[in-house]
Amino acid sequence: MTDLLIRGADLVGGGRSDLLIRDGRFVDPRDADGDVDQLDADGLVALPGLVDLHTHLREPGREDAETVDSGTMAAARGGFTAVLAMANTDPVTDTAEAAAYVASLGARDGHADVVPVGAVSKGLAGVELAELGLMARSSAGVRVFSDDGHCIADARLMRRALEYVRAFDGVIAQHAQDPKLAGAGACCHEGVISGKLGLPGWPAAAEAAVVARDVQIAELTRSRLHICHVSCAETVDVIRWAKQRGINVTAEVAPHHLMLTTSEVVGYDPTYKVNPPLRPDEHVEAVREALADGTIDAVATDHAPHARHDKEHAFADAAFGMLGLETALAVVLETMINSGRMGWPELVKRMSIMPAHIARLAGQGRALGAGEPANVVLVDPAARAVVERDASASLSRNNPWHGRELPDPVVATIWAGRITYQKER
Amino acid sequence: MRHLLSAADLDRDQITEILDLAEEMSLVQGRPVKKLPALRGRTVVNLFFEDSTRTRSSFEIAGKWLSADVINISAKGSSVSKGESLRDTVLTVAAMGVDALVIRHYASGAPWQASRWIDAHVLNAGDGTHEHPTQALLDAFTIRRHLRRSVADQSSFEGKTVAIVGDITHSRVARSNVLLLNTMGAEVILVAPPTLLPSGIDSWPVLVCTDFDQVLARADIVMMLRVQRERMSGGYFPTPREYTIGYGLTRPRLAAMKPGAAICHPGPMNRGLEISADAADAANSLILDQVAAGVSVRMSVLYELLGGAE
Repeated sequence: MTDLLIRGADLVGGGRSDLLIRDGRFVDPRDADGDVDQLDADGLVALPGLVDLHTHLREPGREDAETVDSGTMAAARGGFTAVLAMANTDPVTDTAEAAAYVASLGARDGHADVVPVGAVSKGLAGVELAELGLMARSSAGVRVFSDDGHCIADARLMRRALEYVRAFDGVIAQHAQDPKLAGAGACCHEGVISGKLGLPGWPAAAEAAVVARDVQIAELTRSRLHICHVSCAETVDVIRWAKQRGINVTAEVAPHHLMLTTSEVVGYDPTYKVNPPLRPDEHVEAVREALADGTIDAVATDHAPHARHDKEHAFADAAFGMLGLETALAVVLETMINSGRMGWPELVKRMSIMPAHIARLAGQGRALGAGEPANVVLVDPAARAVVERDASASLSRNNPWHGRELPDPVVATIWAGRITYQKER
Repeated sequence: MRHLLSAADLDRDQITEILDLAEEMSLVQGRPVKKLPALRGRTVVNLFFEDSTRTRSSFEIAGKWLSADVINISAKGSSVSKGESLRDTVLTVAAMGVDALVIRHYASGAPWQASRWIDAHVLNAGDGTHEHPTQALLDAFTIRRHLRRSVADQSSFEGKTVAIVGDITHSRVARSNVLLLNTMGAEVILVAPPTLLPSGIDSWPVLVCTDFDQVLARADIVMMLRVQRERMSGGYFPTPREYTIGYGLTRPRLAAMKPGAAICHPGPMNRGLEISADAADAANSLILDQVAAGVSVRMSVLYELLGGAE
């Protein structure tokens, strides 16, 4: 493979510099010889490749909605070089064999690292533990376990899972939704709008109550707990308290919860149906603040592609979820950096370093220095564009950002030394 | 008027126009030949995703008396379980060349979604726990007639108090009535145990009371809502007995009503639960008047939507 020289990029906190990539790793740019491909990065910011803790790739099972190929292409366009593939596929990733299969799909078709998330319970049923240890020992090396889409409601199962994964430094990623306070039909933040629209309410307390319970169990078991898609102020308060207490808990927020609010639902457009639901302004403000101060450690997309017909039902019947990989950096740039809430070093932590650390990915979230794996995204902070859902690499079109003007930052993504995406300029 | 989706779509003049036209339509009911040629050649489809004998029949009769061709399509059961999306069902029916779709759906918002997909007029015949605008119109029609008959002989809603009692949370009848009665200038008091009051109710243009007896002497109209079977086992209140004692229109409460006040109920009634037989059949019960008004008001609405020049 020919060497690649990235010229004049602004390394966050490291000044302007050239980056030389040889055989998938950064090497000293002074070692460049004559035969190199060049990429002009004048005016661009170079970030370590982004890592998404929460992606639904839909393969195996729903290849009409997304595949490893299309989903990781969307990831590459969004600046990601690694994605954690959620376990709620068909079949569910709840065995070593299933995990190894997903990893092999990634190795074959991926445009980014594809790291399988293992189910916590068999078939995501919330009753018996899946073979957590075998998944950890498999070639996929699973470290993140989640029943995402379903809350582990049974406190005893949660306790056992947290205890068990301590043996191999695993983490339980909880989808916090008390099923008695917010049942399967709950689809709108419980408040003025749900009452007016006559939609089943999903109260903030249904999330915060489970998180309050789980941080106590994490303290009891001295285990690693991760909270998926934090959506409300009450949960932020609980996590802040738990961290002050020294409990080993981390948390993520989805881009849509950083910008979109419950009022999007007023027209009953299922594009805006997502779980947990979009919340009112004060919650959006709370999760932004928590992301800025580190109470929330990471941004994770919850990229959830759905075939068009699964979104063309009545609101209550339509599938939950929205696309997120291609627009995540744009939304964080807009809501967190352009608003002055945090700087580029914090963004790198929240979108690359911390997610890689939580998932224990050795080759991701690293500095852009000689010897490190060449995972890098080149960013133009000033570029803007109107989001066009038909321009997506995803096979699905449930894009809540369609028609909105957002930053359009990703200029090129390089994964293990290979250019996986380059914007036409 | 292109669609009738929400009671909030209508201002006071439009409501008055619909009610006035419904008065004229009601004359048909007394005729030996119940037929007007107004909608001859127009096709109305009642697309019902949920059973409703009375609303469907009422729309069917209204359409037929106006000489429209009325077709009933039952699409019961979740479209998800049948494998056809709501959009496909609606587009399929619309593709047959219908002029208006009367949609009843178990899910809130379905008529709004349908109205974005097709060119035909969409009439909301009840969506989930959201709205039921023609019910609010027929209630207003019934109440207005009652006010005209009463001693004061005036038909204004201003200064009148309507108490709506029961499961407000899950009631499309309550939501549409609150919107429409508010537009007409009536005072609305919602009466229910706290478990059956929707979230965010503080922002509604109503008074809220959890004690039925406190509002009885004040209400000019007492509108009782049906208690759905599934709520009884859903833990919203301890027992049917306790509900009746707290929120039923019992014989003692019937006696305690304001003189001249009247009773409404959208039906079907649970006699002995939310309403006693004495109250249901009382001289001041307007319940059967509501049913009759349903046909007149739906004729009026269909005419408003379809009767104009194309």
